[in-house]
Amino acid sequence: MSDALFSDETLRQMKSAIEEYPSRASAILPVLQLAQKEKGWISPETIRFASELVGVPESRVVECVTFYTMFNQQPVGKYEINVCTNISCALVGGEEIYGHFCKKLGLKNNETTKDGLFTVRHVECLASCGSGPMALVNDEYIEHLTTEKVDQLIEEWRRKG
Amino acid sequence: MEKVITRNWGKPGSATIDGAIANGGYKAAEKAVKELDSKTIIETVKASGLRGRGGAGFPTGLKWSFVPQDTGKPIYLCVNADESEPGTFKDRFIMENDPHMLVEGVIIASKALNCHHAFIYIRGEFFQQTKIVKQAVKEAYAKGFLGKGIFGSDYELKVTVHNGFGAYICGEETGLINSLEGKKGQPRIKPPFPAVSGLYNCPTVVNNVESLCAVPWIINNGADAYKKTGTEKSPGTKLFSVSGHVNRPGVYEIPLGLPLTTFINDPAWAGGIWKGRKLKACIPGGSSVPVLTAPQCEGVNLDYESLAAAGTMLGSGGMIVMDETTDMVHMLKILAHFYAHESCGQCTPCRTGTHWAYEVMSRIDAGEGRMEDLDLLIRIADGMAGQTICVLADALAMPIKSFVPKFRAEFEAKIKRKAA
Ligand SMILES: Cc1cc2nc3c(=O)[nH]c(=O)nc-3n(C[C@H](O)[C@H](O)[C@H](O)COP(=O)(O)O)c2cc1C
Ligand code: SF4
Ligand code: FES
Repeated sequence: MSDALFSDETLRQMKSAIEEYPSRASAILPVLQLAQKEKGWISPETIRFASELVGVPESRVVECVTFYTMFNQQPVGKYEINVCTNISCALVGGEEIYGHFCKKLGLKNNETTKDGLFTVRHVECLASCGSGPMALVNDEYIEHLTTEKVDQLIEEWRRKG
Repeated sequence: MEKVITRNWGKPGSATIDGAIANGGYKAAEKAVKELDSKTIIETVKASGLRGRGGAGFPTGLKWSFVPQDTGKPIYLCVNADESEPGTFKDRFIMENDPHMLVEGVIIASKALNCHHAFIYIRGEFFQQTKIVKQAVKEAYAKGFLGKGIFGSDYELKVTVHNGFGAYICGEETGLINSLEGKKGQPRIKPPFPAVSGLYNCPTVVNNVESLCAVPWIINNGADAYKKTGTEKSPGTKLFSVSGHVNRPGVYEIPLGLPLTTFINDPAWAGGIWKGRKLKACIPGGSSVPVLTAPQCEGVNLDYESLAAAGTMLGSGGMIVMDETTDMVHMLKILAHFYAHESCGQCTPCRTGTHWAYEVMSRIDAGEGRMEDLDLLIRIADGMAGQTICVLADALAMPIKSFVPKFRAEFEAKIKRKAA
């Protein structure tokens, strides 16, 4: 098994996640989540690695990677912008905000800019319905979005790179 | 009304264990662990009339009493913090504002169930809330409130915080269990019920975050005190999360039985319809429940029975309010898209029905519908409801069967506009 695929710290956390459960298979999601945190996506090598580490067939890992929508099955941008377009956000302009992100970045759903900086998606309710329109950007909720705020954010992220 | 769930929100340090203890936290857990036996805790919760706050409203104490204690297998408690029902954001506020109330609820419920390993299943998008809950659990271990010999007793409890990763269906209790086992979060056929055969085929209870958070108060103050608030069949308080076209969207704790229009209009709660407009419609309990027209909202109270009598449900308490300018056709299309996207695909009526309904709704919304589509939608909904492993299929059938007849003129107008 190629332990070198992940940093020592990530490996340590993966192994301690397995210890948390009465059954090793329960650690599939935690292990994949840690993998995605380090690599940004779940590659075929990661799938092989996780199946060996947890001790389940690869098909079982693939099932999870394809069922849970937050797993990225290909590389994504540095800023993963997930805009909620579900009902409560839509009532206060969520769909316009999603459209504005797409237009500003020249992207369609689930596409990534050529510079590797941005990926945009529309997503279902993120339990932030009272503070919409909103987006989950990497691991931060950004609420009460307006088109002006979107412009500012994109500019700021571009500056930071 | 005395606040049960939100009483510490906004107090300084209330998310830390020292703040929680200063606010009276963990007293009920200590009492439960050191002085009360399993039966007494279950009887107290039963007597309080507390009903599950995750959507179905099943009595919490009764659910606990179904767990067989003599199988020789471990018993598990799973906390449902998957909160993904559109319009619902109350459990998130609990985890952010008072995570220790949840940990305390977990300790008491575990003691009642003779459970020694509890899992808190949090949706994956809640990165920040997961951090907060993990920190709270860590602090509780450090104080000796979790782990071996808690509160100096011989009782042991391990708590594992587990994340989902973007699947609404994992909020369904058997979907959650499958997900915890490292599988796709597809619901299981019942029976067997989780109480008998759940996580790792062991007796299991799945409880919503808010349900468990009511328990410490009930242990501290007694069942009778809890029943002083609310109605006879819907005792206590409930969190409502309100969103959409109101002046004060947010999470509010109300006494069950509060008139719906009071909740929408009172400056203490939702504060009225925004922009000085009029109410058009309201979905009282999360996106899965039937919609009410503005006239239907009059005279309805926010409790399980009154909402059922009005042909809808209390559900998760996720109220979605729509003003007079709302395009109801478009809103139903959004809901159809959601359920089609989230169907786990096991049952044909759900898998094909949700997608078919979305296609039909898309063409109506795009102005390309036909009059027959309206009857077709109802037929699709009839073919889905009650025909499947879990109620996700019903969760779209109910909106269809309420939106279409109640706002039929609007659907017809969109269809006719293209024809004209
Ligand atoms: C499709 C679907 C999604 C659900 N999502 C949630 C959820 O996000 N949170 C929750 O507590 N219950 C959810 N439920 C209800 C659970 O199945 C279960 O009834 C609940 O967690 C039991 O807890 P309680 O008795 O404390 O209410 C969902 C049910 C269905 C059918
Ligand atoms: S009703 Fe839908 S979501 Fe529920 S088990 Fe069947 S296919 Fe899956
Ligand atoms: S509808 Fe957008 S967060 Fe709930």
